Amino acid sequence: MSAAQRINRWLPLLAALALAALPAVLSPYLQELVLRIMTLAVFALSLELLVGTTGLVSLGHAAFYGIGAYATVLLSPADAPAPLLPLLAGAMGAAALYALAVGLLSLRTQGVYFIMVTLAFAQMAYFVFHDTKLGGGTDGIYLNVRPVLALGSAVLLDTDNKLQRYALGWAALVATYGVLALLQRSRFGHALAGIRENEQRMRAAGFATLAYKLAAFVIAGALAGLAGFLTATKDGFVNPEMLSWHESGAVLLVIILGGLGHLRGAVIGAVSFVLLKEALSTPALVGPLADRWQLTLGLTIIVAVALLPKGLIGLFKRGGQA
Amino acid sequence: MDLPTFAVQCLNAVQYGLLLFLVASGLTLIFGIMGVINLAHGSFYMLGAYLAFTLAPAFGQNFILMLVVGTLLAALFGYLLEWAFFSYLYQRDHLQQVLMTWALILVFEELRSMLVGNDVHGVQAPDWLSGSIQLGSLMSYPVYRLFASAACIVIGLALWAVVNRTRLGMMIRAGASNRDMVRGLGIHITALYRIVFAGGVALAALAGMIAAPMSSVYPGMGGHVLIICFVVVVIGGIGSISGALIAALLVGFVDTFGKVFFAELSGIGVYLLMAVVLVWRPQGLKGAA
Repeated sequence: MSAAQRINRWLPLLAALALAALPAVLSPYLQELVLRIMTLAVFALSLELLVGTTGLVSLGHAAFYGIGAYATVLLSPADAPAPLLPLLAGAMGAAALYALAVGLLSLRTQGVYFIMVTLAFAQMAYFVFHDTKLGGGTDGIYLNVRPVLALGSAVLLDTDNKLQRYALGWAALVATYGVLALLQRSRFGHALAGIRENEQRMRAAGFATLAYKLAAFVIAGALAGLAGFLTATKDGFVNPEMLSWHESGAVLLVIILGGLGHLRGAVIGAVSFVLLKEALSTPALVGPLADRWQLTLGLTIIVAVALLPKGLIGLFKRGGQA
Repeated sequence: MDLPTFAVQCLNAVQYGLLLFLVASGLTLIFGIMGVINLAHGSFYMLGAYLAFTLAPAFGQNFILMLVVGTLLAALFGYLLEWAFFSYLYQRDHLQQVLMTWALILVFEELRSMLVGNDVHGVQAPDWLSGSIQLGSLMSYPVYRLFASAACIVIGLALWAVVNRTRLGMMIRAGASNRDMVRGLGIHITALYRIVFAGGVALAALAGMIAAPMSSVYPGMGGHVLIICFVVVVIGGIGSISGALIAALLVGFVDTFGKVFFAELSGIGVYLLMAVVLVWRPQGLKGAA
């Protein structure tokens, strides 16, 4: 094993350590930005399990993200901090439950139809929060008190504190990455990869492919719910736009931009998407074009997809294996 | 619900359904023939609405002439856009198409904001279409909505004639059922694609122009229409124009009567309809199995 390969293998761990050390040197604004990146990375990783690993392209993944966020707010008491772990379980559970229902119905379809059906189910969830009083309608709702992790009377983690919120986001990202990395090495992960390559052959080999796909769909939904939980505690506010198809499109963009089929691609995609959006809307960097960031972002994406069909990670791969 | 109210709601449902059909028929053709998932199709509807807003003062009472001019402009725009952008998408996989057309929406929205701003506008219907007809003693129905339905029916019939009675239509139908075979038979596929795409853009823009006097003209108006039209295309079956018509009318009725009976949850109705149809027939009502 060459030195480059050895570094490559330990890169995620090094990156995790670097992220843990970052708050020491970052301004509060940049720390918030990195937290936003980490949250998006969790969300993107959850979708990577579906699209990159299993080959299921969902255009409705924001539904699970939004449901996780809404569950976080709706399950929190109005005047006291909610206990963190049960609240987290509630948020991920709610998202997983909806994923189970959607998965059961939508996994019957394939290809373009699957894209559209997942979109339709996401729109259903969107309109539930958009049109009814359940979650405050179009205005959304506020999280009055942020959750805390307490043991007896000792508070271990208070998400009202910015630094501790950062720590929570960091832990969530590391845990998600770790779980998915282990999962990909497991028999279950290999079966999912087999389904992506050739589902019929997997079925012929005796795998109940529908059950595998459903399990992947539910896990991805739960992890998207985790990302929603992080966003809700970070912003202290949720609104229906979190479930909109723009959001689903954006997270799909993140993983394709980063490079499909690699966990680190999803993280690279999240980093570059947030930084790109931030850079293109900062007047100090792009001058008067900052107000027109949609135009520049749109054109950048078109050029990036056209030039890098394998995503950003393709750039590193070529260099790394030479 | 008394009879006049019911009649008015039916007219609304048909009118909405027909309008959706215009947008969805272009979408389903582009989808079925060229294999491109075009998320930016809603932007062409928006383009039409803003064309109506821009052109209406210049044309005054010549509303029909304005529709014709606007449609031609939109077709030209579609033709150029296919040449400059979409023709590069065919070789790429669906995922990349989704992304690039998603990015195109951002570009269109920003261009719209630069050219006409972010205000909500209204478009005045011409005087000769602005009255309303009495239905029973209490209800009345705006003439313009009747005109919109009639216009959609005329356009739909014209579309049917082109697709079923002309040589071009034959190629389109062949392309929708087997793209590779059409290419193999030596049909000039580049030209066919360009015409179909321009036609799809023109239909969506025409729908936008017709809708403009009924709804206001506002930023992001393409997004909602796009998603509903995807629902229509999927319910109808990809590539099927008759399927799109049936599905569009179904969606029109479900949406209109959903608003009457279940005001709060009306947004969900059409998606529920889609879920039911897909569980029953995963390939859509008229899709090839």
